[in-house]
Amino acid sequence: MSSFWSAWIIVLTLAFLVGIIWLLRWNMHNYTGIKEGELMDHDFDGIVELNNPMPKWWTYLFWITIVWGFIYLALYPGLGNFKGLLGWSSSNQEVRSLEESREATEAHREAGLIVQYDREMQQAEEAFGPVFEAYAQQPIEELAKDSEALKIGQRLYLQNCAQCHGSNAMGGKGFPNLADDEWIWGGSPEAIKHSLLYGRVAQMPAWSEQFSDQEITELAAYVLSLSGRKVDPDLASAGQQNYGVCAACHGMDGKGNQQLGAANLTDNIWLYGGSQAAVEETLRDGRNGVMPAWKDILGEDKVHVISAYVYGLSQ
Amino acid sequence: MKNVKHDFVEKNVGWLAILLTIAISVGGLVEIVPLLFQKQTNEPVIGLQPYTALELEGRDIYIREGCNNCHSQMIRPFRAETERYGHYSLAGEHVWEHPHLWGSKRTGPDLARVGGRYSDEWHYVHLMNPRDVVPESNMPAYPWLAENTLDGELTAKKMETFRKFGVPYTDKDIANARASVKGQTEIDALIAYLQVLGTGLQQQGN
Repeated sequence: MSSFWSAWIIVLTLAFLVGIIWLLRWNMHNYTGIKEGELMDHDFDGIVELNNPMPKWWTYLFWITIVWGFIYLALYPGLGNFKGLLGWSSSNQEVRSLEESREATEAHREAGLIVQYDREMQQAEEAFGPVFEAYAQQPIEELAKDSEALKIGQRLYLQNCAQCHGSNAMGGKGFPNLADDEWIWGGSPEAIKHSLLYGRVAQMPAWSEQFSDQEITELAAYVLSLSGRKVDPDLASAGQQNYGVCAACHGMDGKGNQQLGAANLTDNIWLYGGSQAAVEETLRDGRNGVMPAWKDILGEDKVHVISAYVYGLSQ
Repeated sequence: MKNVKHDFVEKNVGWLAILLTIAISVGGLVEIVPLLFQKQTNEPVIGLQPYTALELEGRDIYIREGCNNCHSQMIRPFRAETERYGHYSLAGEHVWEHPHLWGSKRTGPDLARVGGRYSDEWHYVHLMNPRDVVPESNMPAYPWLAENTLDGELTAKKMETFRKFGVPYTDKDIANARASVKGQTEIDALIAYLQVLGTGLQQQGN
């Protein structure tokens, strides 16, 4: 803050404090010329007023608040650029990026200042940091058998993941079920952790331009038949003619490709619905399932524990 | 001072008003006025982008539907909040907000950094009927947002107004405003707005 505004705050604040001291002292003297306890010349419809001073406890309260004001302004940052004798602040005030925030935290720690928020975070880091660090050393397969780690993983899951995948991890339309052992992007510990850290973007294109409505109906019938569903065999065999373009991602056998996030079409699990109409919609308009990236939001150590929880669900 | 008695101000309402105004305004002069001239409240965080035309329209829908009555956009510097929502809010993230939507009540979660946390698809399903994805939610459904489309008549005007407040919109931004929102649904605009919330700070430094 510039020295002008700092001075502005200091002068106004102190002048005001001095002003209320004067006001209080002035009001404690009897300037009326009427003795204490005597009748004043106020008479309103027969209601009269005695010249009584303010109650003692009342004036003491005023004095206490004024003294408290001075103590507070001496200890805490209230007077412009004066940081206060305690060196206390609630958080880093003048940061403009996460990088600057980290630097300010570091600088304040070295200078011995008390930044309330940073202290709180440091205490938490001392308490919980070693726990997460120890977990980070363990492979996910091992961690998935550790009931304490799973409890932590579940809490983190419920806080961050349940909004899409459900509190029972069974997912919903457009949001994959994590509790079964069928995976779109791979169910190995590494693949799960990768999905969590960096997110995933599925790209099922829209085919309404390339194929007519009839062809889409046929294709949908063929796709359903891959999962052993009962469909009109004529439609399905007609659809098979055009399946070539689908095979690029989903494979000739329809088993999908976890590298691309191309779903397995033969397991009768349908992320966007398994009715003829739903599959047609998927073919017509395409689907772009997005898993957000959590690396920057949660950090790698927490993601590791959540990965173990998710991996454990399918074991 | 001997002749000044308090019954003077009790009997002269004009003087009472003047002295009261002085007493009350000291707080504002000390706590509010300096903030109008501070670097930290006027300078954007590094990398902050102004809302695009679509995001700006989404913000107006957010205001129209009263989202700010239940959702705050202000993460306070407590661990209990930052663990859940991310880095505490900085003044520099809100310098182009007129008015800011910090809110004062959290019936739902804080949204200051909701951008990027969920997919567009999730927001769509959630706005159409929150209970489809969060069964215990008590948020209302907003299905009409998917039916209403934007005409973009006023988008350029809004951007010009914001430019007067110091938001760095270019002439090109304003010229393209109408075309870029026309025909889009309200739900698309609102999702675009939600997806950018709080990302100004994340892009930098990570």
